[in-house]
Amino acid sequence: MITRRETMAMGLGAATITLIPISVNAAADDAIAAYTGGASVSEGGVMITAPEIAENGNTVPISVEAPGAAEIALYADGNPTPGVAVFKFGPAAGSHRASTRIRLGGTQDVVAVAKMPDGSFQQAAVEVKVTIGGCGG
Amino acid sequence: MKTFTLNKLMASAAVCMVALSGAASADPHPDAELIIEGELNVKVRAEPAAHLDGAVPEIYSGWLFRTDETRSLQMDDFENPAMLGVEAGQDAWNTVEGAAGKSCADCHGDAAESMKGVRAVMPKVNDNGDLWSTEDYVNNCRTERMEADALKWNSGDLNNMVAYISVQSRGMPVAVQIDGEAEPFWERGKDMYYTRFGQLELSCASCHEENYGMNIRADHLSQGQINGFPTYRLKQGKLISTHNRFRGCIRDTRAESFAMGSQEFRELELYVASRGLGLDTEGVAVRN
Amino acid sequence: MSDVKPRIRLPRTAKAGQAAEIKTLVSHVMETGLRKDSDGNTIPRMIINRFTCEYGGEMVLDMALEGAVSANPYVEFDIMIGEATEVVFTWYEDGGAVYTETKELSFG
Repeated sequence: MITRRETMAMGLGAATITLIPISVNAAADDAIAAYTGGASVSEGGVMITAPEIAENGNTVPISVEAPGAAEIALYADGNPTPGVAVFKFGPAAGSHRASTRIRLGGTQDVVAVAKMPDGSFQQAAVEVKVTIGGCGG
Repeated sequence: MKTFTLNKLMASAAVCMVALSGAASADPHPDAELIIEGELNVKVRAEPAAHLDGAVPEIYSGWLFRTDETRSLQMDDFENPAMLGVEAGQDAWNTVEGAAGKSCADCHGDAAESMKGVRAVMPKVNDNGDLWSTEDYVNNCRTERMEADALKWNSGDLNNMVAYISVQSRGMPVAVQIDGEAEPFWERGKDMYYTRFGQLELSCASCHEENYGMNIRADHLSQGQINGFPTYRLKQGKLISTHNRFRGCIRDTRAESFAMGSQEFRELELYVASRGLGLDTEGVAVRN
Repeated sequence: MSDVKPRIRLPRTAKAGQAAEIKTLVSHVMETGLRKDSDGNTIPRMIINRFTCEYGGEMVLDMALEGAVSANPYVEFDIMIGEATEVVFTWYEDGGAVYTETKELSFG
């Protein structure tokens, strides 16, 4: 229907993973460390759906999904304040996914960190290019 | 003269940039159809009006120049953030304001009936022979009948009301009058459309007639149609009026722009609206 | 803020035991606290910082928001339909204001 790039990064599908190497900046690193309490974070288990190119950084549609996760925290590693949102799924949740619209100050990685019920963490990242310049930028 | 030369250089640089960077995404979307809520089919491509005299081979809604994500926002009334403005406008429609103790609804009843088709014919010459935009009709009602204050151009309140009125014409063909008493206004609007403004010496036509489909820096140029206004602009994160976009466009040519609600912009609005004859009214649209 | 107005779309028909999609949109400027006005003064932060959806006395979603969530925050998520009909939505704004909206599911 609509062409959105999907980064599916499940634990066993390593061969098909097209993950961008996760190289978040220091502020995002700190924010994620604060969220995980410094626990190690494995890659995969989280799916991010985002446009490859966002027409305007002020309103970028993002979906995150992490089967079985208790929470998903979302970060924009190039924003002045990297934290974007934390979704906590309650007992009445019908899935472990959520969609929202976010602000990106420029081309950067969007990072989703899932907190699993056993206290472990998993993450994925996807780059979103943000067009700046012209009349819309 | 030095300044003149510099201006000329900047202008030609701008035009080169437009021409050279267009190859990557040179067309509007070839076959996307705008179907709102799975039922309202809005015409986004049409044969050009006769008055365009072959200036463009086909006319396209700005919707066709936007990304998949932006286009999809307009296909679902819940996801379309402009509908927040429409709902606020609906509330205002039914709210008594001003010394006369009247609401819009007291005179006009159900907007779904009384305002149907109104936006499609705007701007329109009024009984006194003046060309008025939708905003002018709203404000005239406010000051004359409701005895309330006029709303500021492009203010949230006025854009919301125009959005509520516009949505009643959604899917109806653009039907502005360009002959008879409207003709002198239309002619002046047309002159303005082809007048180069600013240090970059760009006319409306430089971008929206000669180079639509191309990129100006990172911006994918549309035909500059206004059938989708008021539009929720992602950049501003709110509804904006036609005149607000006109002002921004002319400002971006590095010119001193005209004021929103100025006579110049009313005339330009009439002419630009007439370039969309054949398309359907989209208000309220979502753009970048 | 006086113009905080929620919009909620529940599933058209609900069936107990099934997951269903909910969409919410609330009118809010989401002022980040990073912008300055024309006089160079920082515009204070004023955002919706938390959004919750509760159903049958249980949490569906509890979301923390930062200034990087776009103006007019949009949130889409799934609910597990049970026996209860009322779904309660709450938006928490900086400064302590709280906006609550209750919607009823229609079972098909």
